[in-house]
Amino acid sequence: MMAHGVPLSWYLILSAILFCLGIAGFLFRKNIITVFMSIELMLNAVNLSFIAFSYQLRQVNGHIFTFFVMVVAAAEAAVGLAIILTVFKNRNTLDIDEISEMND
Amino acid sequence: MEFFLVSLLKIAVVFAGLMTTLAYLQWVERKVIAHVQVRIGPSRVGPHGLMQPLADVVKLVTKEGLLPSYVNRPFYLLAPVLAITMALTSISVIPFGSEVSVGGYHTWMQLTDLNVGILFVLAISSMGVYGVALAGWSSNNKYSLLGGLRSSAQMVSYELPLSLAITAPLLLAGTLSLREIVQSQAGFNFGFLPRWSVFNGPFPQIFSFLIFVIAGFAETNRVPFDLPEAENELVAGFHTEYSSLQFAAFFMSEYANMITITAITTILFLGGWTPLFPASLGSNFVPPVLLFIVGAVALYAGLTPRRKRDGFTFPVVALIFWILAALFLLPFLQQFLIPFFWFAAKVGTLLFIFMWVRATLPRFRYDQLMGFAWKFLFPAALINLLITGLLVALTAK
Amino acid sequence: MDIFFFLLFATVAVGCGISVVMQTHPISSALSLVGVMGSLAVLYLLLGAEFIAMAQIIVYAGAIMVLFIFVIMLLNAGAEQRAGRSLMVKVLGAPVLIGFGGILIYFFAVNFGDATPVHFGAFQGGSARAIGRALFENYLLPFEVTSVLILIAIIGAVVLAQKEME
Repeated sequence: MMAHGVPLSWYLILSAILFCLGIAGFLFRKNIITVFMSIELMLNAVNLSFIAFSYQLRQVNGHIFTFFVMVVAAAEAAVGLAIILTVFKNRNTLDIDEISEMND
Repeated sequence: MEFFLVSLLKIAVVFAGLMTTLAYLQWVERKVIAHVQVRIGPSRVGPHGLMQPLADVVKLVTKEGLLPSYVNRPFYLLAPVLAITMALTSISVIPFGSEVSVGGYHTWMQLTDLNVGILFVLAISSMGVYGVALAGWSSNNKYSLLGGLRSSAQMVSYELPLSLAITAPLLLAGTLSLREIVQSQAGFNFGFLPRWSVFNGPFPQIFSFLIFVIAGFAETNRVPFDLPEAENELVAGFHTEYSSLQFAAFFMSEYANMITITAITTILFLGGWTPLFPASLGSNFVPPVLLFIVGAVALYAGLTPRRKRDGFTFPVVALIFWILAALFLLPFLQQFLIPFFWFAAKVGTLLFIFMWVRATLPRFRYDQLMGFAWKFLFPAALINLLITGLLVALTAK
Repeated sequence: MDIFFFLLFATVAVGCGISVVMQTHPISSALSLVGVMGSLAVLYLLLGAEFIAMAQIIVYAGAIMVLFIFVIMLLNAGAEQRAGRSLMVKVLGAPVLIGFGGILIYFFAVNFGDATPVHFGAFQGGSARAIGRALFENYLLPFEVTSVLILIAIIGAVVLAQKEME
């Protein structure tokens, strides 16, 4: 049973796939909440590679970074969702293409 | 191989026991509330309504499972499954008793021990909110939606004081494994005072015990925090649209959550399976004596019956209790039964308090509920944690 | 056993990840994201990060995503209308993304192809004790700074969400 370990590269490739999925969501979706969730997906993908490298190097530092990413993600979600609520209250839409006044 | 067999056996025993407890807990609750309100409670099906849970199961199973046409079907079907799965999963790390040995094979009265056990329970219980929130949202009904919204806001808010209240006794125990938390509370101060964290130094955890229990009421959506299903405002809240087995799943998950919360309270604050006073003072004889007294009372009630059938049912109850008392005296069974008795007695007392509160207190208003969590419980838990941490640091060797 | 669990939960993670991007309704996306986070937590366990795995469930799945779902339910946001983004994203988006992903995967496969395989239980450094020690010894300043960050986030959220003053 011990002989069949999982190659470390598989974990990293999984992390790369999830990261790309996150970018795809960020680029192609129009709902501001879904875009925000895609960012969370990317953060999660990065966390996976942190943990995988931490395993490879037998160090706990990667775990600490993941921990900080979680804390920042929580703070980001709180502020981001408050912004989304405010935007929805003022514009009555969640479509990011319609919230582009600063562009014009 | 042996490990798998023993694990399967343990899972079967725990599952059967849990399901029976869940069914009868509801009977007990109805009886307790009835007697608080000077009623009789269920009494038609079987003697003292003892067959009522069975009748309820038959009723719920044979009822038609309605699937309203306007619901979001996949999530509507997923929600009860999620609720019951999350409610039952956390039981797997709860230790019901100490180590036992059968024919030279040593095992624990616990399905599995994780070294992050308490975090596991927290994680799983924080996932439980999805069942409620999804049920509320997918039902496509304003009452359900309001119930789901209230529930998710309430559970997230009360998770904070709950986690902070857990942290303080963890500082005393110095471990996250539920088994080791109980072991750290074994032993007695001055030879008789149990070293449970609720009254063990350097700082007795009585405040975090109270905060934990109050937050536990809110986490299980029980009175006085049952706003997600407040029937006079929201019909039945998040499970308005559910019937049959799906309703049963929500109902069972509420009771399973109650058992989990009380079991965790017992483990963290009340010393799990450790007895109230040392075995040298005869604590091993408490369960048989207690059961014997209950049997004697039942026999006395049977000899002076107020109703005709009491003359038959009470002596039978007395006989059952005396057999149980005799079982506690068998040396082979003592290692299983006595720790389990103390664990079950503590959990049962807490469950009784849950029911007592439900029969006594009115419901909070929504703003009061949130204000209570954020303006009182949360700061109180923080101050408690601060003092505990300070005293633990000062007394550390 | 390791391989089996990895493949199972990696498949779930990728499936849910695709679902996050493809689903039109935000609630479906949010639940798929919870699925990704849950399966990632299992993978963290396989990598010996037991504390982080539990923190992942408690913080991400139990708090952040509940907040998302709460906001989606509160706004009662419906499914989004299918409509194109800007021309550049339409034309260049998919090819560039696939190219970027391909480069990443190639880089990982080449550079870490011969790294020691991952066995469950081989790395025990992820316990709560080890994390706490590292956090309060080597990373004390960043830890304290995050507390300021969270305080700012709380104040920011309250200011943004409060009702307009008359």
